[in-house]
Order: sequence, then C-alpha cells, then structure tokens
Amino acid sequence: MTAPGRPAGATGDGTTFLGMPATAPPGVGHLRGDEPFPAAARRALGDAQLRRNLRHATTTIRDKSGAVIGEVPDWQELRAAGRAIKTDTMARLPELLEQLAAAVTAAGGTVHWAADAVEANRIVADLVRATGADRVMKVKSMATQEIGLNEALEAAGIEPVETDLAELIVQLGRDKPSHILVPAIHRNRAEIREIFLREMPGVDPGLTDEPAALAAAARRHLRETFLSTRVAVSGANFAVAETGTVAVVESEGNGRMCLTLPETLITVMGIEKVIPTWRDLEVFLQLLPRASTGERMNPYTSMWTGVTPGDGPQQVHLVLLDNGRSAVLADEVGRQALHCIRCSACLNVCPVYERTGGHAYGSVYPGPIGAVLSPQLTGVADNASLPYASSLCGACYDACPVMIDIPSILVHLRAEAPHPRAEAATMAAAAYTMDHPALYAAAQRGARLARLAGPRGRGLPPPLSGWTASRDLPAPPPQTFREWWVER
Amino acid sequence: MSSRDLILGRLRSALGEPRPAPVEVPRDYRPAGAVAADVDLFVDRLTDYRATVHRCATPDVARVVDDVLGGRQVVVPAGLPRHWLPDSVDVLPDDDLPTGRVAAVDGVVTAAAVAVAETGTIVLDGGPDQGRRVITLLPDVHVCVLRADQVVATVPDALARVDPHRPLTWISGPSATSDIELNRVEGVHGPRHLHVVITA
Repeated sequence: MTAPGRPAGATGDGTTFLGMPATAPPGVGHLRGDEPFPAAARRALGDAQLRRNLRHATTTIRDKSGAVIGEVPDWQELRAAGRAIKTDTMARLPELLEQLAAAVTAAGGTVHWAADAVEANRIVADLVRATGADRVMKVKSMATQEIGLNEALEAAGIEPVETDLAELIVQLGRDKPSHILVPAIHRNRAEIREIFLREMPGVDPGLTDEPAALAAAARRHLRETFLSTRVAVSGANFAVAETGTVAVVESEGNGRMCLTLPETLITVMGIEKVIPTWRDLEVFLQLLPRASTGERMNPYTSMWTGVTPGDGPQQVHLVLLDNGRSAVLADEVGRQALHCIRCSACLNVCPVYERTGGHAYGSVYPGPIGAVLSPQLTGVADNASLPYASSLCGACYDACPVMIDIPSILVHLRAEAPHPRAEAATMAAAAYTMDHPALYAAAQRGARLARLAGPRGRGLPPPLSGWTASRDLPAPPPQTFREWWVER
Repeated sequence: MSSRDLILGRLRSALGEPRPAPVEVPRDYRPAGAVAADVDLFVDRLTDYRATVHRCATPDVARVVDDVLGGRQVVVPAGLPRHWLPDSVDVLPDDDLPTGRVAAVDGVVTAAAVAVAETGTIVLDGGPDQGRRVITLLPDVHVCVLRADQVVATVPDALARVDPHRPLTWISGPSATSDIELNRVEGVHGPRHLHVVITA
C-alpha cells in the first residue's frame, strides 16, 4: 500500500514505518468496483429507464435546492466559512480527534479507534455480541457502507436492518446504493412498489405506487423493529471536538428511533467529520439541508453528548475510522476531498452522473466527489479510471456548499494515475513538434492526408486507441490558419 | 502500538512538518443577534412544511389542545404546565413509562426550548416541560406549545441559546422523506401530525 504525495516520514528508499499514512485495504468494503468506469458507464447508458429516473430526480432536487439557497442572503459567506472551518480542521486533525475523544469519554461515552475497515467491522461486531443481541437496526451511514459492515455483521451471525427508506428499498431489492443521499434514486415509484410487494412480509397486496402509501408501508413494516431492537448503529454528520456532541441529520424519524430507543448505540464516524467548536455547527446546519435535500431544514436533527441518564441509550460508543483517510490527508492538493459533508449536490448537477447513475463508479461514493475521494482512499491505481469520469465542466465546484475544488483534484489525480508509455512518448513528440515551426507545418499537412485513411471518429490505432475510446478525433480543416495567413 | 497511536501517527506524518499554516475562519455571514425574529415568517415556514399553526392567548392553550386531542390519551412530561391540558384529554404523565406504553398513546403535548423563524424549526432540549426524547417520537400527534418570545431569527441564534450537553432534537415539520423520486412526502416514522401553538 502506498500513500500519494510525499509526506514527512517517508524515508525515500521504499521502507515505511508504522504511522505512515495508509490507503484502505482491498478485499473488504465497497470502495473498489469490479470493472473500470467506462465499461460500467457504457452499460448504464443503455438503460433508458435508469436515465429517465435519474433525470427526473436530479432535475427535481436542483430546482428545490436552487430555490431555498436563493432565500439565504449570505450563502456565499456561509460557503467561505464552511471551507475555512474544514481547512482548519484538517490542519489540526490529530489534536481535534484527541479533544473529541476526551470530551466524549468525559460525557460517559466510549471511544474506539479503527485503523481500517477490518478493524472497524470487528469492533462493531464484538460490541454487538457483548450485548447478546443478534439483530441491529441501522441509520443510513456512508461510513458503514464503505466498510461493508452489513456483510461483516451477517458473517458474525448478526442481522442488520436498514431503517432509512431508500436503504430499505436497496436492502429489500438486494441492490446496491447509487447516490449518497438517496441510495435508491435509480428506482421509480412503480419499481419500489414491486419490491415492497415481493419482499415485505405482510404487506397490503392492494399497495399503490403513491409515495405516501409507500412511506406508510415502510412505517408499518419497521415499527416493531424499532420497538424491540436493543442495539443501533449510526453514522455521524458532525462531531464537535469542543463538547463531544455528535449530530445526525435525517428526515424520516428512523434516525431518532435508532438514536433514542435502544440500550446500546454504536456510531461509526470517519475521522474527517470532526469540527472544532459548537459554534461551527451554525455554518454547517445552514449549508447541509439546503444543498442536500433542498430543504430550509431537514425534518429531524438529533444531537447527543455521551450518555444522558434516564434518556436514550445508556451505552454509547463512538468508533473513529481512518480506512484511507490519512492517505488522503497526505496529499496537499487532494486533502480537500476530506472537507465533504456528503450533501450530494455535486452528483445532482453532474452531467456525467445524471447519465450514468451511481453504480458505474463502483465505489459507494459516486459522482464527482466519489471520483476524487475513492481513488485517494484506495490509492489511485485501484480506481484509476475514476479521475477521468468527468468532463471537467466545473458545475460540481459551483454547487459544493464547502467549495471543494473538485476539477483541480481530478486533474491532479489524472497526473498520478498510471499512463501507458506510448501516451507519454506521443505527448513528448507533440511538444517537440510544436516547438519547431517547420516540423509543425509539416505535421499539419500530414494530419490532413491522414483523413484519407478513414472517416472522422474512427479513433487512433493501438497503442493510442485508449485516448480515443471516449473521444472523437477532430476533423483536420482543409486549410490551416497559417496557410490562410500566408495567402492574405 | 494501539490503533489510536497508529492513526494519530499516520495523521501527523500526513500533515508533515512544518504543519499547514493556521486558518482564520471568515465569519462574514449573519451571526447570532444580527436579525430580528419574525413570528409571521416562522408561521409561514411551519405551514409550508405541513405543520399546523395555532396562535392564541396563554389562557386559551387548553382550548386548542382540546380541539386537536380532545377525547384521546395524551402523554405529557412531568413539568408541563397543567393548565395547558383540558379536562377532555386522558393525561398520562411520563414517569419513566415503558416504550410500549408510550407507543400506545394518541398524542403528546410539550413545550420547546427555542424556535427558528427562518427554517420553521422547533428545538427540544429535554427540559422538565419537554421530557424524554421518546415521548415526542412515538405518538402520532405532537402538540408543541411555545411563547412568541422563544422564536429567534436564525440557526446561529438558536445554537447560541441551547446547551450542547443536553440531548437536542431539532424538528422542522412532521416526519417526511425525499427518498421516492426526491419529492418530499410527509408522514414516515416520526409523528405524522405536528401542531405548533404560539402564545403571545
């Protein structure tokens, strides 16, 4: 495993010591796809229903989000503050995590440190086993999807029950999530109805595809689970170092159920979710809902600080997860990917995501942010096609509520991705040619002759065919600018 | 080496030496205290997210509760002002009731800690007149009573007023989901009916 960049501590002779930034281990979790993006995307593009569903959903959310962002007179000032708080957080991450751990412990919680997915899964499974429970209920959490917690729990004989509506749709449909916020965005109401009719025990056979009826079916289906399950697993949107407070932002009330009713609460949190102060929440609680679901405020936000005697879970655990984040932090350009607050605004505005959907990205983090986060978490070699899964149009940067410069990270990662030797040789030859006017003129005449070899759009021959696999070669003009100039 | 030391060591070497320069956070947005609270805006925001709003004089709270929950069983926190409750409701004070008992009642009446006008949000902090989190979660009807002077303008105002060491629940309208085609649908797991009573 290698870390991008050259952090202090790298010895330069290939040896490493414990404490070197490490990427997420392979063979566990969901950060690596089975095939490169172009192959998966080509298949997704052939699914007309998927494209209709995505287009409808992303258009809806863009309109809603734009309207409520327009109501806020200081949106740009909030974005600037959000970016600065995150930059400051990353610069002080070790100290803030120690402060957070101390505050949570002082408030009666228990803090665990997980170097990677394997360790996090083992910690959670051991904690559940210690309670004697064989079932846990889950609040939607990207971190637990990333580490493959559900599979690990099942292997340990523990049944995980997803309680978020979209996660439930994915789990019942034996499907994969395709969006950070709405994992079942690729399903429309008719498909959801079919999944419920097929997989939900005791569901009303007369169930319609009205969204309200589908939501009511989920309410009935999960009620008994909420009341009887003794252990819950959640993620965290924010954790305040200063106070030890953890916050979960949600809509349906499944989060409140999981955070309130069980005896034991286990929260798995990526280490980058820490924020320095209580006051910093005033920035993110304004940015996140408007950028994410396009609401002024999401229906429910829960905040807890350790254990409250007589109210809510009396055993409260916080698992702090690295799993490649230290490697992201080591890259001075790429580390701003850790600023992400998982709003998914960049997915909703991305012309590539809107057409391919989330599955094509292979990782649980799809879309523009996934294209910069996944390759850094795994090491670029393991997700080498993702930095190219973008047209670099910049819409993601404009939409990001914490102003992550995703296009610049994409370009940076493209430079780090493995390139075929032929490409480097070609680029060097091109640079030399452009430096020598006579050669350049000859090359332009040559390009025109090359048209005789075949119609436009065929692409380059191997070994350069990779470059034209997703690009058409431009047709050379009948007369170059230089030729035209000489004639004048 | 413990995982704690391993992770902290990784992060320190990732940041390198010298550490990235400290960052000054520009807080040029509207801070707490910058904007006057507008109760009419609060009402508009609540209504927009399908909460039902009642405005009345303090002595009339019991009449509103009667309109909403008359004839039904209602759980209340131990510290709730009893004059808010009409004789027509069957009052069940929360004395560490078992979860199943709370789930079986029709409604809940509470106060609130603070409310945010711009976002139509009420914040509960588990105070004596608000009670344990479970009582505002399981019943299908939540009636929340607050004074107009508890309404603040913005999210920063509300955060400045609440204590992080209390369990906090921020509520903006009834339970809802955007998970089906990204349209907001009210009524999933939390209370499907939210009534906010604002007294002068």
